[in-house]
Amino acid sequence: MSVKQESVIDQIKSTYDVYKIREDFPILKTRIRNKPLCYFDNAATTQKPQQVLDIVDNYYTSMNSNIHRGVHYLSNLATDAYEDARKKVKSFINAASEKEIIFTKGTTEGINLVANSFGRKFLKEGDEIIISNMEHHSNIVPWQFLCNEKKAKLKIIPIDDRGEIIFDEFLKLVSDRTKLISVVYISNSLGTVNPVKEIIEIAHKYNIPVLLDAAQTVNHRPVNVEELDCDFLAFSGHKLYGPTGIGVLYGKEKLLDAMSPFMGGGDMISKVTFEETTFNELPFKFEAGTSNIAGAIGLGAAIDYVSSIGMEKIAAHEASLLEYATQRLKEVPGLKIIGNAKYKSGVISFIFYNIHPHDVGTLLDYEGIAIRTGHHCTQPVMERYNIPATSRASFGLYNTIEEVDILVDALKKVIEVFNA
Amino acid sequence: MLDPELRDLYQEVILDHNKSPRNFKKLETANRTAEGYNPLCGDKIDIFIDVEDGVVKNISFQGSGCAISKASASLMSTIVKGKTVEEAKSLFEKFHNLITGKLDENASIEELGKLAVLAGVKEFPVRVKCASLAWHTMLTALKNENKTVTTE
Ligand SMILES: Cc1ncc(COP(=O)(O)O)c(C=O)c1O
Repeated sequence: MSVKQESVIDQIKSTYDVYKIREDFPILKTRIRNKPLCYFDNAATTQKPQQVLDIVDNYYTSMNSNIHRGVHYLSNLATDAYEDARKKVKSFINAASEKEIIFTKGTTEGINLVANSFGRKFLKEGDEIIISNMEHHSNIVPWQFLCNEKKAKLKIIPIDDRGEIIFDEFLKLVSDRTKLISVVYISNSLGTVNPVKEIIEIAHKYNIPVLLDAAQTVNHRPVNVEELDCDFLAFSGHKLYGPTGIGVLYGKEKLLDAMSPFMGGGDMISKVTFEETTFNELPFKFEAGTSNIAGAIGLGAAIDYVSSIGMEKIAAHEASLLEYATQRLKEVPGLKIIGNAKYKSGVISFIFYNIHPHDVGTLLDYEGIAIRTGHHCTQPVMERYNIPATSRASFGLYNTIEEVDILVDALKKVIEVFNA
Repeated sequence: MLDPELRDLYQEVILDHNKSPRNFKKLETANRTAEGYNPLCGDKIDIFIDVEDGVVKNISFQGSGCAISKASASLMSTIVKGKTVEEAKSLFEKFHNLITGKLDENASIEELGKLAVLAGVKEFPVRVKCASLAWHTMLTALKNENKTVTTE
């Protein structure tokens, strides 16, 4: 091991007690075929700490009831807990008001909400929407629906060989016809951290609103919507150590106010007659039907949890893991990393020329290592690099240097099997 | 040391066919072709067949995929060559039963020949699609439907 690597390890160990943190996650004690679980599939979903599990359990055990509707004791308890979770989200991303925090079922719903409520209202024939070549399918397909319906055009910012967007090309795409820019903040398949602040600055010169897909961001670094000045931002609770089926769409109040509701139903109305319906105020206008109450409360607990550790510290820990892993993976013959952006998050996609990712995934599974193989819902990225799929190891706040070592050793074994 | 279950899946024969697939080329004389695609893992395969009087005279394939799908395609190409279209179809039925664990314990697997090395797939349900992609594609080609099949 080089001196540099040792200093990286020391740095991690001195500032961050990962072993104590791991104690909070019961599932991490799992053994797979008598080997300890190495969970490196955090970009797909993260594990949940006991603190989140307890809160969700407690909700169903002692306050379950519907919100915003009942006059009774339990309903008030549940409503308070639900709205308290909204407050936590608001401070977590530093929104101006709770009216700007809409609970959704996840990133996907958030993006679809904007496509429907903003897009269908404001888009006309010939207008354009800009996304990038590294979007998750959830930030491609809703725009295709919309553009087909409105005879509008979808413009794609190209990416270079390292996995960075080509900024000059982006500048060429922006025009008076552009009605919205929707880009991923951190790529789930390449790990690239995009220059979203610069993108937003340019966009605002043309009065174009910007939606950020922050599914892979809020869980890895501090996010401040006021500072970013983004117009919309979407994320999922389950990637932030919270429950599945809950997510958040942040939107600037002025924009949300101007938009039509996404779905119709209970809770989103203020008055309904058969002739006319008036809509409820923000954020309820966008929360039709009974929400995922336990999910929202669980997400609030997850936010408390990561905040108690500190997003800056989590970011630093994961950055060290990334640096260490990137260095050590060089020891594995034939391994090529896809995605070498200058600013990268804790995601490593890799390929071998002669070993398919599926085979890598199966062999690693037998070593207790969970990675993802496939196209990661980013088929245009695979096409860009002319590969069918990659193997992807993605880090979370509980991963350790030792686990990276296990991964590297296991990959060396994979090579032996296939190159024998 | 590989786990025995893994060793069953990745037998030497499979690793060998993965490394040096047989009939891995475009067949210029083909009168039947089809493209197969597994959207889940991005596996792609092109099958080329030369059928004459209901007999598979020659068969080849190209594409990219995991060791299981590549070896399965390679083995398939060696075994169906010279067989009638009907024989090829019934072979696939038997093979499919083998890899999904539905084959009768007492059933003779002689007819399957080398295909039997893929029996380990039955312990890995997600890999059944990998092992059967080439076969589905071949059947499509034999029906002379020149189109893309997917395993979905
Ligand atoms: C970058 C990115 N965007 C969007 C999504 C979709 O998130 P969800 O499935 O939780 O809606 C994901 C999750 O895989 C993602 O990684």
